Amino acid sequence: MMKKTLTALFALFAVTAPAVAKETLTVYTYDSFVAEWGPGPKVKEAFEKECNCTLEWVAPGDGVALLNRLKLEGASTKADVVLGLDTNLTAEAAKTGLFGKHGQDLALARTPVPWTDELFMPFDYGYFAVVYDTEAMKQPPKSLDELVNGDPAQKIVLQDPRSSTPGLGFLLWMKSVYGDKAAEAWAKLQPRILTVTPGWSEAYALFTKGEAPMVLSYTTSPAYHVIAENSERYKAASFAEGHYLQVEVAGLIETSPEKELARKFLAFMMGPGFQDQIPTNNWMFPAGTTSAALPPAFGQLVKPEKTLLFSPEEVEQNRRAWIDEWLNATSK
Amino acid sequence: MTRYAPARAPAYAALACLLLALAAGFLPVLRLGLAQGLQGIDPYIVRVLSFTLLQAGLSTLLSVALGLPLARALARQAAFPGRALVLRLLNLPLALPSIVVIIGIIEVYGAKGWLGGVFDVYGLQGILLAHVFFNLPLAARLILSDLERIPPESFKLGAQLGFGARDYWRHVEWPHVRSGLPGVALLIFLLCASSFAIVLTLGGGPRSSTLEVAIYQSLRADFDPQRASVLALVQLLLCATLALIAQRWGGLSAGWPMLRLSARRYDGADRPSRLADGGMILLSLALLLPPLVALAAAGLSRIDVSPLLLRAMVTSFTLGAASAALAFLLVWPLAVLAVRSGPWRKVMSLAVLTSWIVPPAALATGWFMSLIAWSGVPGVAAFLVIAMNALMSLPFVARALLPAMAQSAAAHDRLCLSLGLSGWNRFRLVELPVMKRAIGLSLVMALILSLGDLTAISLFGTQDVVTLPALIYRQMGSYRFDEAIGTALVLGFVVLAFSSLAERWSAAR
Repeated sequence: MMKKTLTALFALFAVTAPAVAKETLTVYTYDSFVAEWGPGPKVKEAFEKECNCTLEWVAPGDGVALLNRLKLEGASTKADVVLGLDTNLTAEAAKTGLFGKHGQDLALARTPVPWTDELFMPFDYGYFAVVYDTEAMKQPPKSLDELVNGDPAQKIVLQDPRSSTPGLGFLLWMKSVYGDKAAEAWAKLQPRILTVTPGWSEAYALFTKGEAPMVLSYTTSPAYHVIAENSERYKAASFAEGHYLQVEVAGLIETSPEKELARKFLAFMMGPGFQDQIPTNNWMFPAGTTSAALPPAFGQLVKPEKTLLFSPEEVEQNRRAWIDEWLNATSK
Repeated sequence: MTRYAPARAPAYAALACLLLALAAGFLPVLRLGLAQGLQGIDPYIVRVLSFTLLQAGLSTLLSVALGLPLARALARQAAFPGRALVLRLLNLPLALPSIVVIIGIIEVYGAKGWLGGVFDVYGLQGILLAHVFFNLPLAARLILSDLERIPPESFKLGAQLGFGARDYWRHVEWPHVRSGLPGVALLIFLLCASSFAIVLTLGGGPRSSTLEVAIYQSLRADFDPQRASVLALVQLLLCATLALIAQRWGGLSAGWPMLRLSARRYDGADRPSRLADGGMILLSLALLLPPLVALAAAGLSRIDVSPLLLRAMVTSFTLGAASAALAFLLVWPLAVLAVRSGPWRKVMSLAVLTSWIVPPAALATGWFMSLIAWSGVPGVAAFLVIAMNALMSLPFVARALLPAMAQSAAAHDRLCLSLGLSGWNRFRLVELPVMKRAIGLSLVMALILSLGDLTAISLFGTQDVVTLPALIYRQMGSYRFDEAIGTALVLGFVVLAFSSLAERWSAAR
């Protein structure tokens, strides 16, 4: 038992292995991306075939943990590429000064909003949506307003914007629809909220166990149930005000010694070798070119009539104040 | 008169390790915070703090109030069929990740549950239900270990004096249990105060935030070391105060020397006692079993025996065993001094709370900043997970070891002094045989606590270091809920297997 500890102790002082002939590209990402059933393993295989290099994933948690890790490491970071921040985090990430220009053709980005960011390139996107259980709910809300003013007996499970990406997404959704009246809307919604969970997993577990007929998730969630479980039971509700967008991006570290390889990776990221893995492994929409059309289940998904999105700068400047507003409105 | 004086060097070394861990964790965060100027405490923090005290206080009260009679029932009825299984089941909840327990609870008490409507799951009731599920077994386990150390002579004497159940309680059992209760209550209070996912999910939302949630937010979502420092200082004050109170009220029942290891009890055989004990045991099982059975029903057919699962099992066990060993090595030299000196006892009672005094999130951030230069070196992640788990289990190890150590000191110090027995030889020839039960319990508790750990693994884990709880969370994050419950069952089996092994080892003479 002690042996392991001692080995670990000695490893602390061990000298790093001498450089090998093959180049290594270190990519920081979030953990579910590199899970066995996520896109990570297949992307690694495809890229290594092309580049004659080694791709090393480092996954220090979710998107927010990723950014904190970068802030802590600063210029001494081992990352060459950072993959998996979303547009709510890019303004803060840019402020670290660690990122360099990606040098990719912006026209390659197939996002619902025109892409103009020179530091970060998008690799996938998704829309937040209220997913409902067709067996428990015949008349889903047709708008955010109907959700806010609807029958309090029909509950929804939400996530905490302080610890969860979808939670923050819903907060921004409310803000973009209600503006200055967001606090009042939250107070009206309050009786419909069954509970607020720290992460997406807890909320979705409560929902599929039948605790509430609605949950905040993504428009792509029903595709998972169709493809993996052959079930049409869960559907996303289409909201008249539009849906809030989440775009996941990657960027390269300016001071990285492997900058050329990093650029190559970003170019690869926009093509089929990477993008083909996104729909059914990451359950998001590809933001680049795939080799084939999306699976049929994706064709049946809710297509938002309007896309809602704050700029990264707006989010960065107001996030704290908006979270405090939410806290005050809902924690009475 | 010469007194037995154990060597102090190992204790100083252990203290130095703890101080170093504390300094490396707290100072960088505090320095960042101080650089920006500490701010006063706002109404939000006060609200969060009072809710923390309320829910943790009530949870502790309930767990101890139910755990005490359960422990007594198990101590009095030492031979009913299935007793061994009940004891092992008591080890289980401590290792289960909170999300798994949440699912188990809503399977039973939720809208679609077997007993839906009995409790209002989303609110204080839900929080208390989950916390009692976690901590009633813990309380019973620790109190039972105190009851089992009552020397058999007391019961013999009681039988000769014609004691009834109440006399045994007043003159034999209570004096033995009383001194340990504050320690048990402190542990449970700290566990409940730092509970995060349960409080948010079953509490019904942000109105039931605890201090831990606020610290998490300030360090992670806001990356605000200034606020984190204030919160960490509040937590430090709270823990230190509670530890000192527990220390003052509690104490060590050095008691009478024990001649035989297992006590034979002469009470509890009459009909009313057996009915009362049986009722208490059934009541506890009625609380513990349904969520566990519901989980087994949901996950048993969905256990995904993949290389990933096997690797996670091995990783979990290796990390858990290493941190249990490390925790034991840190506590033992301190305990040796603490049972023989008042000041050392005070030092120790605070020292073992290191990781509870400084919130794990703050500690981890600090360690990360201190070790940043080595962040790429292989093995560092595993080492940090082991170190943090060891720190988290220190109070449990201490609680399991101290009373037995005190008893052994009182019984054997003079003999050892006259024989010139000390150090390793004393451990091998005297303490190990006499304290087998306590040593076994302390190691198993530390191991189980590490097996269930999510804090350390989610802060330091990498793609290659995946434990069973981390795997459970990954599976849940990708819609694989039933497989995740299957993995949780595997975790449960591992815990039961280790509890059996440890019990067999400590029962062997």
